[in-house]
Amino acid sequence: MDNDFAKPLPRPTPTSQPFWDGLAANKIMIQHCLDCATWVFYPRSRCSSCLSDNLEWREVTGDAVLYTFTLTRQPTAPHFADEVPQKLAVVELAEGVRMTSTLVNIDEADVRVGIKLKPVFAKRDGVTLLLFEPI
Amino acid sequence: MGLRGDAAVVGFAEYKHERKYSGPRKFTIEQWADLAQMALADAGLEASDINGIVCSDIRESGMFMPATIAEYLGQPVNFAERVDLGGANAVGMIWRAAAAIELGVCDVVVCALPARPIPSNPQPQPVNPMRYFGASSMNWGSPQAEFEVPYGNLAQNCGYAMIAQRYAADYGYDAAAMAKLVVDQRRSAALNPNAAFYGQPIEIEDVLGSKLIADPLRMLEIVMPVAGGGAVVVASREIAAKCSRRPVFVTGFGEHLTIKTPTYAEDACFTPVGPASQQAFEMAGVTPGNVDAAQIYDCYTITVLLTLEDAGFCDKGEGMQFITEHDLTFSGDFPMNTHGGQLGMGQAGAAGGMTQTIEAVRQIMGRAAERQLGTCDTVYISGTGGVMSEQSALLLQGG
Repeated sequence: MDNDFAKPLPRPTPTSQPFWDGLAANKIMIQHCLDCATWVFYPRSRCSSCLSDNLEWREVTGDAVLYTFTLTRQPTAPHFADEVPQKLAVVELAEGVRMTSTLVNIDEADVRVGIKLKPVFAKRDGVTLLLFEPI
Repeated sequence: MGLRGDAAVVGFAEYKHERKYSGPRKFTIEQWADLAQMALADAGLEASDINGIVCSDIRESGMFMPATIAEYLGQPVNFAERVDLGGANAVGMIWRAAAAIELGVCDVVVCALPARPIPSNPQPQPVNPMRYFGASSMNWGSPQAEFEVPYGNLAQNCGYAMIAQRYAADYGYDAAAMAKLVVDQRRSAALNPNAAFYGQPIEIEDVLGSKLIADPLRMLEIVMPVAGGGAVVVASREIAAKCSRRPVFVTGFGEHLTIKTPTYAEDACFTPVGPASQQAFEMAGVTPGNVDAAQIYDCYTITVLLTLEDAGFCDKGEGMQFITEHDLTFSGDFPMNTHGGQLGMGQAGAAGGMTQTIEAVRQIMGRAAERQLGTCDTVYISGTGGVMSEQSALLLQGG
């Protein structure tokens, strides 16, 4: 590949650091609003429902269902060419929050909206990505 | 709440949309001046009549864009806006122009979206990682850079495909209906000399046989990038009365933004164009059942399907059946994207939505030549930016 850009990885911020630290320890930490009981994802400095800053990090199981997906027949960027078909997923945790992820350890034909998923902690260069696989 | 309907589109200019542009290369700001001059001439107005401009990004400047354009045109203005709504730009620009005119701060506003290639820089610049990855941002602290890009959720295809996949699970999916939508639009494009697919109608089998890009979206359900661009002039009722063309009044608009990335949409199958359209129809005192044409933003087939449903042309879950049962061509019983849409014109970047507004104006003015509708007084237009995340609706009515 003739470019100077490395495959993009997350760069934690002061606000999101507990989420990425959690993944590094094989835990999923999600913010919970102590004022309105909303689960907040992605990590924010204030609640995405009531704008309170009274947020608490809580560990959740990572039990999830597949909200939607696509299988890419051409890479979404050159750095993802080795993953085609990328099994891009929107995953809904039991707490109701949704996140973008990628499915692993599953055949294309088995990817369907509504299937049950569990987390996979994928170690990358200095950071852990949260992927999902079928139960 | 809303517009009185005292501002009108009085002229327009549109570049031919071309897959491979081979004409002289000009900077964005030069194209802006060309389009402004052509649109003013079309309306029968002079450069000195301009007292408002609405722009989006220009390639030569990172900020202060409206002032840069006003200076370049040599025209002082009382109203200047830079709109950042992606494919919803054109609709967003026109209602802002109409609102400013009704407030009385200006009476001739040029809205332009040039999108031809600019001259090649003899001193090559470093590649911008944001553009390279097709992301809206690669900056530290950007939610997209941190939670989307690392998973490969990049550019537009995969987001629209995921919405389509969820729609299929909730309401069912008829690939042949989606293919028919493209076929109908390409039949209209075949008679539009400004369309990249002029003279190139296709059949349902062509769409169904085209390459799968991101399940369930196929190549011919996705817009082709082209060079193009266009501009309109919006003017007060008093100015419009002196212009040469039938005035096309801006009688209703709506705009609604919810999310940047559809992962975070409350329900991926209910899109912001719903509330935007409801506001536009109510403001204009029009219902979906009594428009003469609909020019619906069509970056993908799924965009049109959801807009037909959410704007109220049919019920949720019935869009595929609606497409199957209606002839959507310029000569059909539900004329939609009578210029061929962007699936037929090609998409000139964020200027794509301008083709929908210009075609609405063209039809109401009676200037659509072979594609001209018998009666065309009221047209609905939609705009879609991002991944159905920022959407707009407009009602235009002939005076």
